Amino acid sequence: MNFSRFFAVVKARNIEFFRDRSSLGWNLFFPILMLVGLSFVFSGDGRAVYKVGVMNLAQSQSSFLDTKHVGFIDYQETALAKVKLEQHSIDLLINFNTQQYWVNQGAPNSYLVEKIFLSDHKNFQRIETQGKKIRYVDWVLPGILGMNMMFSCLFGVGYVIVRYRKNAVLKRLKATPLSALEFVSAQLVSRLFIVIFMSSVVYLCCNVFFDFYMLGSYFDLLVIAILGAFSLITLGLLVASRSKSEELIGGLLNLSSWPMMLLSGVWFSLEGAPNAVKVFADFLPLTHLVAGARKIITEGATLADISYHVSILMGMSVLFLALGAYFFSWNTER
Amino acid sequence: MRESELLRCVMQEVIRVENLTKSYKDVVAVDHINFSIKKGVCFGLLGPNGAGKTTTIEIMEGIIKATKGQVFYHDKPVDESMSQQIGIQFQHTALQDFLTVKETLNLFTSFYKHTVAHEELIELCDLSEFLDRDNRLLSGGQRQRLLLALALINDPEIVFLDEPTTGLDPQARRNFWQLIKNIKARNKTVVLTTHYMDEAQQLCDDVLIMDHGKVIERGTPRELLNKHFEEVFIYLPAEQVPTELSQQLNWQVQNQQVEITTTDVEATIALLLAKNVSLSGLHVKSPNLDDLFLKLTGHTIRD
Repeated sequence: MNFSRFFAVVKARNIEFFRDRSSLGWNLFFPILMLVGLSFVFSGDGRAVYKVGVMNLAQSQSSFLDTKHVGFIDYQETALAKVKLEQHSIDLLINFNTQQYWVNQGAPNSYLVEKIFLSDHKNFQRIETQGKKIRYVDWVLPGILGMNMMFSCLFGVGYVIVRYRKNAVLKRLKATPLSALEFVSAQLVSRLFIVIFMSSVVYLCCNVFFDFYMLGSYFDLLVIAILGAFSLITLGLLVASRSKSEELIGGLLNLSSWPMMLLSGVWFSLEGAPNAVKVFADFLPLTHLVAGARKIITEGATLADISYHVSILMGMSVLFLALGAYFFSWNTER
Repeated sequence: MRESELLRCVMQEVIRVENLTKSYKDVVAVDHINFSIKKGVCFGLLGPNGAGKTTTIEIMEGIIKATKGQVFYHDKPVDESMSQQIGIQFQHTALQDFLTVKETLNLFTSFYKHTVAHEELIELCDLSEFLDRDNRLLSGGQRQRLLLALALINDPEIVFLDEPTTGLDPQARRNFWQLIKNIKARNKTVVLTTHYMDEAQQLCDDVLIMDHGKVIERGTPRELLNKHFEEVFIYLPAEQVPTELSQQLNWQVQNQQVEITTTDVEATIALLLAKNVSLSGLHVKSPNLDDLFLKLTGHTIRD
């Protein structure tokens, strides 16, 4: 490994990214627009489907439990269920035995589903959750930033390498003493720097307007962000390891990114989702990035508390990197 | 002894290609070819598109692998260390977007142990007027000059140029030829592929003509022309030459011109004068490599 060659490629790639105004603008403004848009959307009406936690669901009986478009999730411990309510994982918590229900004052969905619930059960005791209120925008923040990081890592590495391969930039580089390891490492480090830098700028800018909820440590958040971005970049490298076709790579990258966008907990909690979906989501790096970051932000978790997510992200990175390096081809044959 | 054979005997060999073959599924792009290149010469690989020139040169550069055969560089098989000692300009290659010419030079400088001073390269390849320009905004000629500078950045012993003037306008081509002559003057070995025969005639000391992946002729341009042509061509406007005379002497009429092939120009002109044919508009042309290619293959280089 020659570090002079490595740093020269990192520098060149960074220059290329920061001078590409349209790409830079998209990477910067897209997540901000998403956050602003969502904060408006969810400050009024809510989503079509609500999630209601029920203490001892199996023993509970009520016509409310037959309501359409409402999902009911069983809880055995009130304390855990209240945390889920505070974190927007559920919209309402009901205990039919004690005739009590809990609402999250900061959640518009909680307000709406309470209205539906009260039409049948007017005599239940209303309890508001304690502690600092978490808005939906606080809850969705790690999801939006994670999703943006995912697109930037997958497309920023995968697509660029395939473009380099197709238009023979890779071929020109192969004709120099630059090794595949130096080239791939430089792409990885350059994209990691770009993604973390851009995400930090977006977070800090939005924080001025939204004053985000943050219970954990910023250092821990940075560590999980780096680990998550690293695993997503290595996935991008693996996907782009051989192909010369931008159409094929576009399809493969979409195939990798869309399941993560829908199932990694970016937009809504997987609480109450079928077990098969949860198991599938566990194989997606974004799931662990978003879940880890969300626990740090909303629960004040430490890296030790989220060691499961940390270790999975590290394991995925090693696996993707090893496979990507094994399959990597300059692909100079015509 | 022929001129090219003499060259090969007295000069040190830098590259030797032995029994080189490259096959792609059903196509044999390069078919068992052998040749060697001496130090300090400009060696031309000539042939039409699809003749196997680029495949041959890319195997010599170590970019693609041969199906059979081997390339030796100073009697040693080509390996990765060769990349420090050669310079390459590919036929089709892009440069990184958004980098300036100066930044691109810096990037490539970082790849090599030994490099040429930028001032020297800038002067040699005439880059000074667009040093701070984005790679995307370079004209065809400027781009080729930058790619040539990148090929020379490590002060290579051998420079491979794969169709470097394709797509350039006539003036840019002639400017580029001058750059190649300057490189030759520095005692570098230049390996050039081209399908422009005038380019080969201008620049190459030694040429190898390929068609359908095979070597069909090898030698210096003058030697090859002397070997295959004793005659010269005389052209006259067709309306000045009586049809009976053309038919009687089997002269070709093409594009309203009579083409007279002769080994004795003076005798032919004396005959024309004796027949009272006006000589206005007459011109005499020696055969060139295009004519040679037509004679060897039965088709022109651009067919």
